[in-house]
Amino acid sequence: MDLSAFAAEVGATDPVSCVGARCLWEVGGRPPPGIREVSAPAGIEWIAPEEMTVSCGAGTPVAELDAALAAVGQQVALPTWGTVGGVLAVGRSDHRRLGYGPVRDTLLQAGVVTSGGAVAKVGGPTVKNVSGFDLARLLVGSLGTLTFLGDVILRTRPRPQAAAWFQASDGTDPFELFRTLYRPTSMLWDGTTTWVLLEGHPADIDAAVAAHGCSRVEGPPSLPPHRLSMPPSALRGLDGRFIAEIGVGMVHLDEPAVLAPASAEVVALHQRIKQAFDPTGRLNPGRDPLAH
Amino acid sequence: MTTAVAPAALVEELRTALGRERVRTGATELNLYRRDGSNIEGRSSIVAFPTTTEEVQACVLAARRHSVPFVARGSGTGLAGGAVPLDGALVIVTTKMNRVLSVDLDARQAWVEPGVLNADLSRFLAANGVHYAPDPSSQQSCSVGGNVATNAGGPHCLSEGVTAMHVLAVEVVLPDGTITVLGGEDPEPAGLDLRGVFVGGEGMLGIATRICVRLTQNPPVVRTLLLDFERVEDGATTVSAIIASGLVPAAVEMMDAPITRAVEAYVHAGFPTDCAAILIVELDGPPEAVAAAVERVSDIGRANKARHVRIAADEAERALIWKGRKTAFGAIARIKPNYYLHDTVVPRARLVEVLSRVYEIAARHELIVMNVFHAGDGNLHPLLVFDKREPGVMERVYAAGEEIVRVSVAAGGVLSGEHGIGLEKRDLMPLLFSPVDLDLQARLREAFDPDGLANPDKVLPAGSRCGDLQQVPAGAWI
Repeated sequence: MDLSAFAAEVGATDPVSCVGARCLWEVGGRPPPGIREVSAPAGIEWIAPEEMTVSCGAGTPVAELDAALAAVGQQVALPTWGTVGGVLAVGRSDHRRLGYGPVRDTLLQAGVVTSGGAVAKVGGPTVKNVSGFDLARLLVGSLGTLTFLGDVILRTRPRPQAAAWFQASDGTDPFELFRTLYRPTSMLWDGTTTWVLLEGHPADIDAAVAAHGCSRVEGPPSLPPHRLSMPPSALRGLDGRFIAEIGVGMVHLDEPAVLAPASAEVVALHQRIKQAFDPTGRLNPGRDPLAH
Repeated sequence: MTTAVAPAALVEELRTALGRERVRTGATELNLYRRDGSNIEGRSSIVAFPTTTEEVQACVLAARRHSVPFVARGSGTGLAGGAVPLDGALVIVTTKMNRVLSVDLDARQAWVEPGVLNADLSRFLAANGVHYAPDPSSQQSCSVGGNVATNAGGPHCLSEGVTAMHVLAVEVVLPDGTITVLGGEDPEPAGLDLRGVFVGGEGMLGIATRICVRLTQNPPVVRTLLLDFERVEDGATTVSAIIASGLVPAAVEMMDAPITRAVEAYVHAGFPTDCAAILIVELDGPPEAVAAAVERVSDIGRANKARHVRIAADEAERALIWKGRKTAFGAIARIKPNYYLHDTVVPRARLVEVLSRVYEIAARHELIVMNVFHAGDGNLHPLLVFDKREPGVMERVYAAGEEIVRVSVAAGGVLSGEHGIGLEKRDLMPLLFSPVDLDLQARLREAFDPDGLANPDKVLPAGSRCGDLQQVPAGAWI
């Protein structure tokens, strides 16, 4: 995708904010009022099912990408809210992370616009690649504070043959179920009830359900709006109202959680990286990756 | 000149911190640690064997005080020269830090020291129904710390992903000597993914001293298929067709006729020796999914002219097939004493075309080439086989190697799939990256290591950062 027009729009001097679908606009802080806004190009460039890769503009809605990939029996492991660039910049996974892995593993290559207004490439087009430093991973979750994503090559995965939600029988220890159930896509627990998303061959799902005494339910419980990231084994100690992702450690809460401060060394590294990539601090001012 | 003399004060400081036994300056050690698994030789002045994070920190701080570059090294099996010391560098060997520190099955995580050998970790975990997924062919001897530095792969990375997907956190000694943890046991630690960019940093961003790895549940059922073809093209088409059909096998490996014959003569794995190529396809998961996939792969293979589709009947037969695959490099020693193993990735759809170019390049340079590779990932491993005593052969080997890399990149591929850039491919980076791209990578390096003492002169070619001209040290082969 030709990013020269997007690069010209981003420019090289004044503060600028990159806008997706504003789904998670508050994450990491708000940009200053009145800041100039730009949006990355949208549209699917190509889909290569035999390579399990897809290329699109960062402004492409994930839902549009998902619909196009469905036609070839594939999908991307991205949450289906907002734009591709937006979900990558925020870096949050959805409830399927246990089975699908984190959002950061989806991005293979990106065309970006630098703070100096130049077009650059990070990563590579193939699923396997160790050519140089893995800057693509650094950009996922960076809230657009290092460079702006212009276009991306993403790794795809097959759509499952069947998928269904189940509820574990009363008294099930979710940690025990986690040890014995083979690769559920999601496992949610509210302290009493355990919900499981199973995907794959219908007969395997039936067998797993029968072996573990689960019953079919319509879908998962709705997740409270706030998130807290915890080591998965610390979930045992939770109380109050919550829904936790077993095996992952993401906890969904009604109230915002207090973030543990990052170490001084990690803060210093963040400052040096920001300084190296965006010395004038013009890209997405007001956003701080450490504040989410 | 293959050795260098370390400043006496540096030697003394290290001996005070680590003890005399674990700080070596003798010719034997300096010679042993001036190279890795590549053909590249460097120059070291001192070798240290720390056993704790604090000792690694002491090494880094001492090196900094004397402005001596330092190079972290695991088992030294790397093939790109990433652990080759230049300019009389201090080599910090992590092999004595080899304990599994903790295993948490509720989280499927384990903390390990960097010197733990890859295969030892999975053996250690075997009773718990989990394993460590990345499985480089060198897994019996390579270390987890080295795997982190190179973002190592292996046959089973097709479905499970490479090292970066299996490392959750790293305790590191940064190039300025501070100790910190990048990433975390929790899923979304605040801030940038410093862990993600550290993995594959080839020792230029700091030294990993403890690593939190993700453990992978063992599959309930594993089936291994062996398919053979009269034409390499048919094997390659089968690979693309399998992936396009919506299957992601655990592994899809291809071996061409020369390597298949060499292996069969060496380990008697039951490989057919009258075919042009064999495919090893491994499928794992729950029983019904695996049964359906076995049928699907068999059908696709036959539709693409596979002569036979053999399904390993038991674990012994399966182990023998994998022994054949993983001892391929040993087998070629019976043909010629030396080999040069390349590592590039191409789109699967271009496999046939690039392979034919590889054969043509080798023939033109009068070299034997054998191909045994991760076909499912498009990850080629052409082996150039030769006898280095033959005059002029090394020049031909290097020239052919570079052509193979150029052809791979021109086909839409990348420089390396799992070995890394190191010194070997440093000066080929501009094939893939523009000056602006390289400048961004150099900026990252500068943010981690403003003084450039951590494994200098690797990965980034001279001039990657404006005004940052690096000289190639004398005695280094690039």
